[in-house]
Parts: sequence; structure tokens; C-alpha cells
Amino acid sequence: MATDKITPEEVEHVASLAKLALTEADKEAFTRQLDKIFGLVDTLDEVDTTNVKPTYTVTDLTTALRDDVAVPANETQKLLANAPETQENLIKVPAILNAEEEN
Amino acid sequence: MNFLKTNLSELHEQLVSGKISATELTQATLDNIAVRDPELEAFITVAKDQALAQAEQVDVKGVAADQKLAGIPYGAKDNLVTKGLETTAASHILEGFKPIYDAAVVEKLQTAGAVNVGKLNLDEFAMGSTTETSYYKTTKNAWDHTKIPGGSSGGSAAAVAAGEVPFALGSDTGGSIRQPAAFNGIVGLKPTYGRVSRWGLIAFASSLDQIGPLTRTVKDNALVLNAIAGYDERDQTSAKREVPDFTASLTGDIKGLKIAVPTEYFGDGVDERVATTVREGIKQLEALGAQVEEVSLPHTKYGVAAYYILGSSEASSNLQRFDGIRYGFRADNVQSLEDLYVQTRTQGFGAEVKRRIMLGTYSLSAGSYDAYFKKAAQVRTLINEEFQRVFAQYDLIVGPTTPNVAYNFGENQDDPQVAYMNDVLTIPVNLAGLPGLSINAGFVDGLPVGMQLIGNRFEEATLYRVADALEQATRLFEKIPGGVK
Amino acid sequence: MAISNFETTIGLEVHIELKTNSKAMSPSPVEYGAAPNQNTNVIDWGYPGVLPQANRGAIEAGMMAALALHADITPDLHWDRKNYFYPDNPKAYQITQQFEPIAKDGWLEIEVDGQKKRVGITEMHVEEDAGKNTHGTNGYSYVDLNRQGTPLIEIVGAPDLTSPDEAYAYLEALKETIQFTGISDVKMEEGSMRVDANISIRPIGSKQYGTKVELKNLNSFNYVRKGLLFEEQRQAKAYLAGETLKQQTRRYDETTGETILMRVKETADDYRYFPEPDLAPIHIDQPWINTVAQKLPEDAKTRRQRYVEELGLDTYDAEVLTQTLAMANFFDATVAEGANPKRASNYLMGDVNAFLNANHQDLEDTKLIPKHLADMIKLIDEDVISTKMAKQVFKAITDGQEPVQYVEDHNLKQLSDPAILLPMIEEVLDNNEQSVQDFLGGKERATKALIGPIMKATRGNANPNVVNDLLHQALEARR
Ligand SMILES: [Mg+2]
Ligand SMILES: [Zn+2]
Repeated sequence: MATDKITPEEVEHVASLAKLALTEADKEAFTRQLDKIFGLVDTLDEVDTTNVKPTYTVTDLTTALRDDVAVPANETQKLLANAPETQENLIKVPAILNAEEEN
Repeated sequence: MNFLKTNLSELHEQLVSGKISATELTQATLDNIAVRDPELEAFITVAKDQALAQAEQVDVKGVAADQKLAGIPYGAKDNLVTKGLETTAASHILEGFKPIYDAAVVEKLQTAGAVNVGKLNLDEFAMGSTTETSYYKTTKNAWDHTKIPGGSSGGSAAAVAAGEVPFALGSDTGGSIRQPAAFNGIVGLKPTYGRVSRWGLIAFASSLDQIGPLTRTVKDNALVLNAIAGYDERDQTSAKREVPDFTASLTGDIKGLKIAVPTEYFGDGVDERVATTVREGIKQLEALGAQVEEVSLPHTKYGVAAYYILGSSEASSNLQRFDGIRYGFRADNVQSLEDLYVQTRTQGFGAEVKRRIMLGTYSLSAGSYDAYFKKAAQVRTLINEEFQRVFAQYDLIVGPTTPNVAYNFGENQDDPQVAYMNDVLTIPVNLAGLPGLSINAGFVDGLPVGMQLIGNRFEEATLYRVADALEQATRLFEKIPGGVK
Repeated sequence: MAISNFETTIGLEVHIELKTNSKAMSPSPVEYGAAPNQNTNVIDWGYPGVLPQANRGAIEAGMMAALALHADITPDLHWDRKNYFYPDNPKAYQITQQFEPIAKDGWLEIEVDGQKKRVGITEMHVEEDAGKNTHGTNGYSYVDLNRQGTPLIEIVGAPDLTSPDEAYAYLEALKETIQFTGISDVKMEEGSMRVDANISIRPIGSKQYGTKVELKNLNSFNYVRKGLLFEEQRQAKAYLAGETLKQQTRRYDETTGETILMRVKETADDYRYFPEPDLAPIHIDQPWINTVAQKLPEDAKTRRQRYVEELGLDTYDAEVLTQTLAMANFFDATVAEGANPKRASNYLMGDVNAFLNANHQDLEDTKLIPKHLADMIKLIDEDVISTKMAKQVFKAITDGQEPVQYVEDHNLKQLSDPAILLPMIEEVLDNNEQSVQDFLGGKERATKALIGPIMKATRGNANPNVVNDLLHQALEARR
């Protein structure tokens, strides 16, 4: 069910969104495999979903909220111990360039 | 000590009467693992010292008659986080990672006095149905070491079936408990979505994942579910529902129970011999007084496509946190922050995980959302509604767990589309959040065939009742895998 | 340069940190200024296997903001994920409300040059804040996750603003409105209020909006105004020079007063939003809204009106008292404790403000409480202490001391007892025969010369009013 819908360029774009590097062989394989999978996925077009509400979760609960009570974990040192690199209780990373607030 | 001839209740009695201590039982389990696991390769990590220390604590306190799991050893799938005990999700990216908290189920079992002897192999991040995508090990099928154990809870199923541990925990996103249980001839339950807290389960697809028990008998399974089920405020999708004593439903009486058998579950792609074996099992249920009727679930075939979109989309997002910054593997010699991200993730993830991340990222990306993600979510609604129509008239649905029995290593490797179709019978259950149970219904070529029982939401008790009745009639659990030393 | 041939379109996106006890998705404390990573847990770090635990307080704060901004609260909403990699974003997604924001279609009234105008609020959504990065000079950056998960409300304003002055007025009005709901401190200097501005210009009469520029790094309302003024000019120049404007993000440089290009947006960012599967959907019904509405404090405008109309304050005083919610609440509480409103107002605007300024403190961080201020004011009104004595008592109450007890302990009561005062007065009259005669001869002013010695005799503790009355009685008696 190859569709030729997925192009190597799209695969490359998606890989960059996902922060993955692809070799030429990877790119070729992913293009082929994703194309096949989307061929399978395209069978969904047979299903009439006009006015069908999407289901995103099957939880039993609505408005399951936590009361606003603070509970300090006091585990800063344990958390930092798992980090590959730290300095003075901060997590150390290669320089963030073009820092832009993102919220 | 041979667990293949004892069930959890018998072990419990021996612990209560003092015939055996928790330490002895734990040591026997560790011995079993030492003998069998070099070939079976079910365990990624064996927690010898921790397990013995825990067993000793149980011995100091003693085991009371109402502590059904106290002193009983078990293994946990390695996507359940365990405090201080390496947890990898079978991925290179979490190599050496030591969590600083316990999964809710691990905590609950600890409170119940059960002894965790280690972490079981799985497909990397539970993505797969063969356990072959593990970065660490190649787990064998307990019945035939040349065959896959199924997956993704392959380590859990093989360890129980081969008698390494009395029980194990697995997780099921699209069949990952039921399918390996079927391939290894044991009992595996995927509970109703929300029945068991997911706190501490390394997420694959949050709206589909559930943790459940893998055991040799139905009653064992019910005992474990009793211990791990229940609302947890740390999981805001877990259900605020009374948890019944699931062992109370094992009455053996299934007279008048209405069973629906979907035509589609015996359709194209289902091995004729598997179908026949399952139909034999259904006949036994009929003989026990159940009413069996054929029904149609026409949207079944769309489940796989919907699942791969929804599951991979959620996974692509869930797995973004593995970035080499706060824990786990970080690539060496990186030139920049971007390089750190890309190299860590490129070296840290295996091919199948990357494939799902790519698939999910694509499905969610601008321009694809409505055509893929939303469309799949709409199809999910139709699948749910279809199930609900059946449950308005029937108590449960029965069919095969898998289209085939366990197959050879390396099959379907480069053809994910074919591999994905193997999950066609288990996936709809996850999409609808229903409970599903697999139990051995017989053998084809010496390999176990699983029968799947699907219940309405929160009706695990019904599944246990029927499975127990079948088990008592067939006593198939007495059959022991030939490969076991 | 004039930009008289162009009209300006401005829309502001404001992020406000909510002053909840715990974070939006974890029970970690929300606290400004804690040691690095102190207020973090496995959820804030995005550990494997953790799940978000949505905070009822954050949703209710969002409802309060919605009510204060006259917005329609969404009855059925769910959380969504916004996906992007960044070191201060541990899960690599932010939990937000993309598809069903908590409220839509609100408005805010502003006033510029006496002209009142309603500015639309397109939508508002509750979401998580990110952590904080600091940048070293050694090729590394450092991440503190204390702020990670602090609840925010993002208020997306409609592009209804037509000048930098209107933008300024909008921010002032928004700050006041939000502050008086009590859900945030709204302090730009502490980052609890952050502003991004979108601005475009177009030739007057043109139907199509111009290409918009997003301004970031705006650290005060004044910089917002200056940045927008600079952009108006820059864009107009570019237009007139025939340049094609590109959609871009620019930041405001405080030292040069100019905006600087950060990046050109060639394609839209792809955040791959989708509904958050780890959280249950939320239903907000009318009874819940009513409960929250009841908890909503009185807004600044209504308070000002009440102060003038019911308490008899003048407009200026009412303005000053409502500059912060803390001050207005303190005033109301002081009046509720029985203090004379005018005197309470004077004290708050005068001595209390001077005290806060001198000590660089916020009212809520001092030891001063409304009951003590009210009790002190009552002591003045009941002539127990003089306003001069009150200076000393005020010092004591800012130190947390109880005024009635303090006055007792320090013997600060005014001398008002005629039995004690009259003999003292008679003695002074006996010693000042001339002044007595002057008074009796019709010179009212002569009392001045008598009061001094009387006050001196009482070591300044006599109640001046009582002394005045008794003196007149004594003088008349000698007529
Ligand atoms: Mg925004
Ligand atoms: Zn935002």
C-alpha cells in the first residue's frame, strides 16, 4: 500500500522537530516505512466520521483536580545527582544561544 | 523450588504456617533466575541484595493470614520505576538511570509485603510485540527458545511461564500483556483504563497504557490485581471506584452468562488452527452453561491504524523528555545544545522507537493534525460505541488474543505494517479502555494459543469468573514448558 | 518623524504568574527567590513515569481573572500540550489550554486623554511557566527549575489598541484589575507580569493589516511604550523607503532605546498541540462559578467610589489608597475595626507609606496590623492620647505592639481629669494675674500665655481641649 505520500524532505523535517539525526539510509528506510504505514492509516478514510466527537481519553473522571496545598519534596540533591552535569545546584548545559522566552 | 507446581495461595499458606520463610522463598527465586535466565534472558536487572533485605523484613514481622502477597517474590517490567534500582525501559537512553521514587504499583506491592526480585525485559519503551527491540537482551519464549516471547511484556511473561518468579507485572498499551501471556501460555490481564494508577509507569501512550498482572493461574491474577488496583491522587486519570475482592468472583458458575463472539475476530489473517483452538474453548464455556452468540464488530479492522496514529503521537511527545539534560544517557563530545539534543536522542533510541516518534511527530505536525490525529480520535469514538452496543446485550466478548502463535525471531523486521497487524485483536480493547484477559486455550505445534476475554468497563470480575471456570475445566496450567530446566 | 499617514495596530499578550500555594501541575511550593532548584520535585523535572497533578487553585484563579475581565468561562475544557525542546522545559512540552481556553471574549476599559475605550480580550488560558536559564560566559548555560510549573494566566488582548499610549493605559488597567482579584502580585520587576507586544502599521484607509512584529524583552510598562514608539517610527520609515516588512521577533534594548532583530519568522512554529492525555477534562458549572465569584474581592473602581460616596474621602485619597490591593485591604480592615475613615486614610497615606518607603517593605511584610492602627486612631479620637503622643505609639505598632497596652505601660495617657487639672490651673492663674486681667478685659488671646505654663506644669501630658475648657471655666469664675 505504498502511497508516495511521504517525501524524504518531510521525513527530514519531522526528524528535525523530533531532534533526531538521520543517515541517508535511515532517511530512505523511514520514508519507505512511514509511507507504508500511512498507506494503512489511509484506510481510515473509509470511515465516515462526520459529526463524530473525537475521543482523546477514556478516563472515568471529570474535573479531577488537586487541592492547592504545597508539599515541599526536599529532594534537590537527589534530583541533581541524576543529572549528567551540574554546578552549584544548577543543571549545566551547553550555551543556550538566541535565548527567547517561550511561554 | 518449583513455582510451576504451586500457586500464590499455596505459597501464602506455606509462609503463614512457617513451612518456608520469605527469605528462603526469595533465595529460591534468585536460584531459579540464576539457573534459567542465562538462556531465557528475561531479566535486565536482578535485585538480589535488595530482595533479600526486603524478605528479611517480612520474616521479622511474620506473615499474617490476610497478607496474601507478603513474602512472595515477583518481577516488574523494567518500565516501572523502582527507587534506587536501575530502570531502563530497555533503552540505551536510560542506561544506568536510578529513579528516586517508586511506581505506585511497586509501592503497593511493597506495602503488601511482596518482594521485588528485579526488572524484566521488554521492547524498548514497550514499543513492539516481540521484545526484540530491547537494547539489552533477547528474551526467549518459555515453550520454545527459538521463538519470540511476544511483547512488549516479553520478559514478564517468559519469567512467569518458565517458573523464574511466582508472578510479574507488565504494561499493556495495545496488547503488551495479553499477547506475551498468550504466547507463553499464562494468564495476563489488562485492567480497565484507570483501574490501576500509572504513576511511575514510564509512559508510552498515556491514554492507552495500563499496568496489569501476569500469572500462571486466574486466582493468582485476581490476588495481584486486588493488591495493585485503586484510585491514586497522583494519577488524575485513575478511577475513583470501589475495588471489589476479585477472588470473590471465582465461583465456577457461569450459567446464563451471555458471551458475544465477534465474526471479525476469526476473519482474514487469523491462523485457522488458532481459530479452531479458541472455538474449542468457547464450546467448553457453552458446556458450562454460558450462552454464546456471534456478533459483528465491523470497526475492528480500523483499530490498528487509529492506534498507531494516537499511540505514536502521544509517544512522540512523552519521549521528548529524554534529552540528556536531567538524567540518563548524554552523548559525549557535543558541540552545542542542539547537538546535545540530537546526538543524545539519535544514539539513545533504537530504530523502532525512532520510527514511532517519527510517525507521531508527523501525525501531529501542522497540516496533519486534522487528517490523522483527529480522524483517528474520531474512529476511536466509533470503536467505543460499537463495544458499548455489544455490552448492552452481552456480559463479555470472547475471541483469540492473537492471530498466530509465537513466531521466529527476526520475522517482520523491516515490515512494520505487517507486524502492527498482529495486534489487531488486542488494540481495540485499549482504545476503548476496556479490561481484557488472555488465558491459555490449547496448543498449536506445541505453542500456546491465547483466548481473549473482553469485559465492559470495570468488569474485571466477570472476566476472572469465566477464565477461572475455563481453567478449572481444562487445567491447562498444569502443562509445563518443555524447555524449562 | 511623524507617522501621520499611518495607523497603528497593537495587540498585547500578557503572562501573569498566579500566586497559588503550589504549582500548576505539582505540589511543589510556589515561592519567589528560593535557592536554585529548591522548590522542585520529580514532576517539575519531568522524570520518567511522573504524571501531572492539576491544581484546582490555578483553575479557580483563572476563573477569577475571567470574571474580572468580563470574559465567558468555557464550561467544558481540557488541557493541551505544546511541544518544543528547551532546557528550561523539562518535559519538552508545556501544559496549556490551546483548543479550549478557560475564557474568551472579555474586555477592559481604558482611559487616555479623558477618552474612555473598551479593549477586547480575545482569550485567556491557564498554563505552566518554564524554569529559568542563566547564561555563563564560559560556553555554558545553567537551569533552575524553581519557576517550572508555576501557574500562569496568559491574557491575549485583541488588536484594538491604536497607540503606544493606549497600550500603556491597557497595561495599567490590566495590572490594577488583576491585582484586585488577588490572584497575582503582578510585579514586572519580579517577572510575575510579562508583556509581549504585536505591532503593525498600515497606511490610513488600508483595509489590510500590515506585517506584524512581535516585541519581546519588555521589562516595564515604560519600555513597552518606548519600544512601540520606536517600532512605529521604524516601520513607517521602512514603508516609506519601499521595503517589504517581514514577520519578525524583535527585542527592546533598554540602553539604546531601540528594538533589535532576534529572528525572522520564515515559517510558523510547529508546536504539535494535542489534548493532554494524562489529565481528565474539566467541567465548570454555574454553581462553581458562583462560589468563585463570591470569593472575588471588590474591584478598585468600586472601592474608590465607595470611599468617596460612603466614607467621605476625597477623590485623591481614594486613588492613593487603591494603588495596591494590600493598601486598600488594609484600609478597609482598619475602618472595619472601628477607625475613623478620614484619619485611617491620612495615616496610611502619610505615616504608613513613609514607613514602608523608609524600610523598603511591602505592607503585608510588616508587623503592622489593621486592628492596631484602628485602636491607635480610636485612642486619638477618644482624647486618650494626643497626636503628638501618637507618633511614639505609631512606632510601637509598626513593631507589632498592642497600642492600648503600650499607652498604659508607657504612661502616655493625656491628663484629662479636672480634679487634677483644676488646682494646677488655679495655681497658674494665681501666678499670672496680668494675663487673667487681660482676659477679663476682653482679650481672648490672653489664654495663650496661660496655656503654655499649664502644659509645662503637666509635663505636656494634659489634653489640650480639656485644658482649654477648664481654663475658660476658671477664668470666668474670677470675673
Ligand atoms: Mg503565546
Ligand atoms: Zn503562554
